[in-house]
Amino acid sequence: MRIVIVLACSIVPKTLSEVLPGTAATIVALHVGQEYGRRMAGLGLRPGVSVRVIRISPLRGPLQVRAGHTDLILRRSDAARIEVRAVA
Amino acid sequence: MKRIALLGMPNTGKSTFFNRLTGAGARVGNWPGITVDLLSAKILVAGGMVEVVDLPGVYNLHGFSEDEQVVRRFLETQPVNLLVLVLNASQLDRQLALALQARQLGVPLLVLLNMADESRNLGIRIDVKGLERTLACPVRLMAAKFGTQFSEVKQTLQDALRDHPELTRVDPQAFQQDHRIEEALDRLVSESVHAPVQLPASLTDRLDRIMLHPWLGIPLFFAVLFLLFQAVYGLGTPLQDGMEWLLAHLKSAWLDPLLLHLPVWLRSFIGEGLYDGLGTVLTFMPVIALFFLAMAIVEDSGYLARIAFLADALMSRLGLDGRAFVMQLMGFGCNVPAIMGTRIMRSRGLRALTMLVIPFSLCSARLQVFLFITTAVFSPTLAPLALLALYALSILFALLTAFVWRGRYPSHEPLLLELPPYRLPTLRFLGFESWRATRQFIQGAGGYIVAGVVLVWFLTHYPFDVVPASPDTLAGRLADFLAPVFSPIGLDNLMAIALLFGFVAKEIVIGALAVIYSASPEQLSAILADRLDGVQAMSFLLFTLIYTPCLSTIAVIRQESKDWRLTLLAVAWPLALAWTVSFLFVQAARALGY
Repeated sequence: MRIVIVLACSIVPKTLSEVLPGTAATIVALHVGQEYGRRMAGLGLRPGVSVRVIRISPLRGPLQVRAGHTDLILRRSDAARIEVRAVA
Repeated sequence: MKRIALLGMPNTGKSTFFNRLTGAGARVGNWPGITVDLLSAKILVAGGMVEVVDLPGVYNLHGFSEDEQVVRRFLETQPVNLLVLVLNASQLDRQLALALQARQLGVPLLVLLNMADESRNLGIRIDVKGLERTLACPVRLMAAKFGTQFSEVKQTLQDALRDHPELTRVDPQAFQQDHRIEEALDRLVSESVHAPVQLPASLTDRLDRIMLHPWLGIPLFFAVLFLLFQAVYGLGTPLQDGMEWLLAHLKSAWLDPLLLHLPVWLRSFIGEGLYDGLGTVLTFMPVIALFFLAMAIVEDSGYLARIAFLADALMSRLGLDGRAFVMQLMGFGCNVPAIMGTRIMRSRGLRALTMLVIPFSLCSARLQVFLFITTAVFSPTLAPLALLALYALSILFALLTAFVWRGRYPSHEPLLLELPPYRLPTLRFLGFESWRATRQFIQGAGGYIVAGVVLVWFLTHYPFDVVPASPDTLAGRLADFLAPVFSPIGLDNLMAIALLFGFVAKEIVIGALAVIYSASPEQLSAILADRLDGVQAMSFLLFTLIYTPCLSTIAVIRQESKDWRLTLLAVAWPLALAWTVSFLFVQAARALGY
């Protein structure tokens, strides 16, 4: 059990859907198309911005993330299309 | 007349500002080429009438969501004296982007930084003068909910209108160019907004730890729904009954004596056609008013977005979302306000699908019919089981409908919602919402409901020289004609006439049966038990459960969707489903020897 947890923590998240609750990452790129990308930018999700995953809804439900002063929810499938890197 | 348009992102308190500025008198206006309801109101500013229009909340001016297209279409076609941009003062880090876009439109601009109380509590300092310089327009802090600095805002509005007496159109080029504004935004934010690096842990964070808890969240959600249901229908249903009592009382004490000297058919037309039609409209008013009061509380408090967070895992698999789930459950009280409630959904496809699904919720009117017939026909042990089966089937057919039609009404709307902090709603503005919804119901659906009641009255009373609702009336002949349709599902002509009455409203089915069998409601139980066997009764109950809930539901589907094809489908699909289910049930039961 402990090995699994250690492994999970050591994985460097590549997309927002892999970021663990309570940790933060920096957005590198949005691979979501122009229209959805505009909407995300409107809500504060754009490259260079640091996002923190607050919690994840049970049953593989949506993620609650905090970008700047805004909390928002988005589906895991959409979060998988947001490329991130670990905060330095 | 001068015109002001209100622009802003969702959840900025734009509508609260609109309500404070214009009062309760706002109406839904008609604008060429715009299919979404826009609220507008005329107010007096410095001795002149000014029209204020509340545009839908948008995240940017260049996107292609329905709301963004509406805003663009409005600004392209309607010149304005002033564009008022409402921003949330504690989220300027992203919301100033809209100010930068709005500045390029080339119309006079006024920027209002709303919820200044919240941003101050978060320790955010805003350089208002600096913003005014960069944006080259007046900028004011305010808290629209509490009216803080409202007089100053009104004065600024007045000055701006005086300085810009001419209606100006937006620069048509402005929407074409999608400038990269990120750099400008970052510069503007770092120059004029000073926020602590780490925002203090708020009350909202602490509440969410409980309300969105992985185990507690869902039970709490159901508890909230239960309270909501009780508040709306626990209070609304007695009020509805009271309204019915009052209307019946007025009719016998006042209307009937007045009509005494008229010919019998005219008396019946006024008393049972027109008056009952108007009565049907009026009896819906209490639940609609209470429903919108309750829903406005859920929305304004910030809980609605949390419902989406909690329920989306299940609902997205059905092509619906958490808000659809709330409306579906509220539909178990009454379908009419639940369908009106779908206006909180911004995606047209999702809204249409939800409107198709809600009528399968077993509403309290149908429950009355089911209680009466199950107790009359079934044994005391079997009756509760039959009722339980009807509830289970109600949910099953809702799921089936969502599954069948989700391809026809797809939702392209990704779930991307702001989770606003918890806020206390203001009672005064809740009243506005509720009053507006009730007025829209009367204006938008009232006429259709009265016309429908009069039509059914005519079918069941013409020719005027025969016994009403008898086989000799138009309805009777219609039932005769449709006998090949109804006999395979085990129903005779008299039951078919009762179903026609049920189209007006389910609760009158029992009264209609009493008239059809010319019996008192007390005798009716015995007659039904005598005439119907268990299979026929169940077939009648199944058909009543599934087919068109009522005229008022259809009228509000049309009012809300403005789409006759959807309205037609909302009649045809349940009818076809009702017949098929009853047919399969009767044939299977008979084949098994019941």
